[in-house]
Amino acid sequence: MTEDIPANPARKALRLHREMDRIWSDLPGWRGSLASVNHSTIGLRFMATSFVFFAIGGVLAMLIRAQLATRDGAFLDTALYNQIFTMHGSIMMFLFAIPMLEGLGMWLLPKILGARDLAFPRLGALGYWCYLFGGTIILASLLLGMAPDGGWFMYVPLSGKTHTPGVSADVWLLGVTFVEISAVAAAVEIIVTILRMRRAGMGLTRMPLMGWYMLGTAAMMLVGFPPLILGSILLELERAFDWPFFDILRGGDPLLWQHLFWLFGHPEVYIIFLPAAGVLSTIIPVFARVPILGYGAIVAAVLGLVFLSFGLWVHHMFTVGIPHMALAFFSAASALVAVPTSVQIFAWIGTMWAGRVELRLPMLHVIGFFLTFVMGGLTGVMLAMVPFNWQAHDTAFVTAHLHYVLVGGFVFPMMAGITYWMPMISGRFRVRALGEAAFWLILLGFHGTFFLMHLTGLLGMPRRIDRYPGNPEWEWLNLVSSIGGMVMAAGFALFVMDIGMQWLFGRRSHRNPWRAETLDWAMALPAPPYNFASLPGPRHPDSSAILPLARGEGLLPGSPRDRREVLVTDAGTGRPDHVAVVPGNTVLPIWTAAALGSFFLLMLAGLYWLTPLAIAAILWAGWQWGGFMGSPRDAAPIPVAPGLSLPEHWQIRQTLAYSGTVTLLVADGTLYASLLFGVGFLTVIAPNWPAPESGLGLGALLAAGGALLSIAAATLAARLAETRRDRPTGATAALTGVLAAGLALALLGVLAWQLDDPRRHARDALRGVLLGHAVFHGAVALMLGLRSLCDARQGRTSRLRRGAAPVWQLFQAFWLATAALSLGLVILQEVG
Amino acid sequence: MHKGKFWAVLAVPLLAGCDGGASALSPAGPAAQQIATLWWAMLAGAGLITLLVLVLAGLALWRGPRPTGERGWIVWWGLGFTMSVLAVLLGFALWTGERMIARGDGAMQVQAEAYNWGWRFTQPGPDGPVVTEGILYVPAGQPFDIVLTSPDVIHSFWVPQLGGKMDAIPGHRNVHRLQADAPGRHEGLCAEFCGLGHAAMRFEVVVYDPAAPPAFISAERAP
Repeated sequence: MTEDIPANPARKALRLHREMDRIWSDLPGWRGSLASVNHSTIGLRFMATSFVFFAIGGVLAMLIRAQLATRDGAFLDTALYNQIFTMHGSIMMFLFAIPMLEGLGMWLLPKILGARDLAFPRLGALGYWCYLFGGTIILASLLLGMAPDGGWFMYVPLSGKTHTPGVSADVWLLGVTFVEISAVAAAVEIIVTILRMRRAGMGLTRMPLMGWYMLGTAAMMLVGFPPLILGSILLELERAFDWPFFDILRGGDPLLWQHLFWLFGHPEVYIIFLPAAGVLSTIIPVFARVPILGYGAIVAAVLGLVFLSFGLWVHHMFTVGIPHMALAFFSAASALVAVPTSVQIFAWIGTMWAGRVELRLPMLHVIGFFLTFVMGGLTGVMLAMVPFNWQAHDTAFVTAHLHYVLVGGFVFPMMAGITYWMPMISGRFRVRALGEAAFWLILLGFHGTFFLMHLTGLLGMPRRIDRYPGNPEWEWLNLVSSIGGMVMAAGFALFVMDIGMQWLFGRRSHRNPWRAETLDWAMALPAPPYNFASLPGPRHPDSSAILPLARGEGLLPGSPRDRREVLVTDAGTGRPDHVAVVPGNTVLPIWTAAALGSFFLLMLAGLYWLTPLAIAAILWAGWQWGGFMGSPRDAAPIPVAPGLSLPEHWQIRQTLAYSGTVTLLVADGTLYASLLFGVGFLTVIAPNWPAPESGLGLGALLAAGGALLSIAAATLAARLAETRRDRPTGATAALTGVLAAGLALALLGVLAWQLDDPRRHARDALRGVLLGHAVFHGAVALMLGLRSLCDARQGRTSRLRRGAAPVWQLFQAFWLATAALSLGLVILQEVG
Repeated sequence: MHKGKFWAVLAVPLLAGCDGGASALSPAGPAAQQIATLWWAMLAGAGLITLLVLVLAGLALWRGPRPTGERGWIVWWGLGFTMSVLAVLLGFALWTGERMIARGDGAMQVQAEAYNWGWRFTQPGPDGPVVTEGILYVPAGQPFDIVLTSPDVIHSFWVPQLGGKMDAIPGHRNVHRLQADAPGRHEGLCAEFCGLGHAAMRFEVVVYDPAAPPAFISAERAP
């Protein structure tokens, strides 16, 4: 526990509100709304948009059910049916579930942790625009009849150019990767926010469980998405430029795609489940009126799930011909996942046991969770058993299982969460009875659809078929499922209506309607854009502090310096560390997303020669982005509380930006590790190796060695520029670093000319990717170096103010390490 | 909900009895039989566990506050109960799986090529290899290996009444061990999505009496 921090003098709450509102509000009008970066606005936009995609995915599901209701369904032709089920899965996974949980995390975390905003408000906005634009591209393809049709898992060779000509697969690869930018951005933002922006004095071990759950989720996103991003890049390179990563004739292997996809795809399930479980762990104690049972055990369970979730991707691949004993390992790991899950389930039951449960609407959805998820988990254990998996894999049984898990483990808890936090979002109570009716329709409709589908699968019905003329025995089961599906759809429509009615006609809610203890309820309803007029500290640990905080008795009250100030704390103890100024309303995120979007659209259109324009636009936007890193003056410490003044973030080494870079490099490192996995996998497993003789000669070796030396020199210079920040020497060091980085890039360009044709063999293609990786990171490092140089020359850095230099230095080191590894790998291939 | 489950359980044998051409629940070979046994055991266990958890949750919901501790819920139920069930199940499943994988014991081999969109089976005959399109002939009561390849995209070989499935992957050669108990016919299908012709990519398995094989097939085993 940290020591007490004295209270600030009380002020008029209304005057303080006006002072804060002026600085923290979004700009008025639709133009203003394009500039919003506030976490409440962005989080709600994520959730609302994901609901729209949920509705679209739901309509697609109803089309599937209409087609399958009879055995000779003539409603859709096969080509369209394939597009529809592919889009149903892709939309629900990438455009509904992930954005929904990101939105919830971004909206809720600052409130429940006692902060005013997320660590990187602009990054959140950028993520939202990437999501919206990418999702729109994917959706447009459906309207144009060019939607992806290879299944949401996009297995090669089916999704390769030979079997899927046209742009449909490119829409999936480019569109989903565009959307993934928002996932990685959200992961970085959520991790840094949880670790560095908790209320003063809130140690890690005392943070609300939602913090632990979202920390686990974000960690999994950080490590889970890069393999998919790499796989998508490789497949797009193969489709666009004929680089043969998956072509068996030239040293590729279709199984590489499956490994990369499921390295992402299985953690994905837990990425979706954990935030929902976090909602349950938050809501159940509130309605049972007792503290959660087994806080430590639940934290351990979350960490266990995060760890285990990366050890069981192969259970999606039990039928690809991997030796049985290897399968047994993954089977055991898959079954073991049930342990942390059941620890949580019993902790929740125990909590309800210890208290007296009030059956309000959110609790109904919690009951829906129990009624659904338990069965989904148990069929999951069944599917983890190798022999049973051999029978049930790719049948309707799995369809039923995954819907029990995802609807039970995500949709019901999310509905519980939405109905729970709606008073805070809308400031209103709900309208009576509609919500209950929606719940019962969804519950009955869901089980009507999916319960018998287990049986359908065991009777032999495979997934992804559109007709079954020879199997009349499946017909009544499918008809029941289709009817159940329509009932469920009606239930969801009613749920949305209930939310709308609450927004429009609900009675004004009083503060803290559920009498919860967490800090998210220590604010007026609906939540103001700044959350807390003064920030909670050790004196104000829970929702009872609502009035003192509004009166400015907490830390860092008001916005006397006319900028958005937040408190940054120590990751472990929550000790106040410094005051960070976060950016306000700006259109930079939407422009950056538009620049990124232009790149993806040009790739999609096959106008590769125009992409340098888009890349220039992205670099320009990135340059603007860094303008926030320097500051023209050394500022005096900012008074936070009587006797406590803290420095501004420009004068600190461990800034949020630094923590964010470290976090991002974890994702980046995972991407690189996935690439190394690809090299190893193809070398050892794929047919048609060894590769033909390489033409790489002495010249290439010299160019590579020279490039490596230049990178090392740039790294050294970056380090010097960081330590000697006073004007003349700092600028000289920065200039040296920039020149060395430029030289390294030029030498890498020379190396690119000497590479063997990447279309010849997978080995040559992989070398092309390794080189591209080095060039890309070199360009980013060069930008950071230029930013440091510029800031040093303009006097925007000083002995105290470090500007972009620490981040530059970190990135340089990463570039040096990966480039050296890549070069070593190529040399090893040539020698060995 | 539980009523629904038991009702479905009762319905299964009835359904399977009337027409089970593709049903994994009316097994016609040792592998399918063992998996069906595993399924029924797991179903019974899962049904009991579901009932137990829901009864506990129901009791917790509808009774007032009562004293309780972390130890009972987390350690006994969460860890102890779950891990014992899983350990037994994993052991049983591993033993079942080990018994049904292909071994190099000289069983009859049939080459199966899965292509867009059909099945081509090749096996030794009296006058050289015999190729059959869409129909797989195998002897009753003898183990046989299906050697799976694909020239185009990934397919998956599945005869639900005989056993589990195995993928046919370009560049790979997967061996799948099966056995049929008695002469008869079974439905086979492609289980991995493979494009426009996926739903219709079916084949038929004809199990013949080894004492009276069809004339065009030698009853001899492949070397």
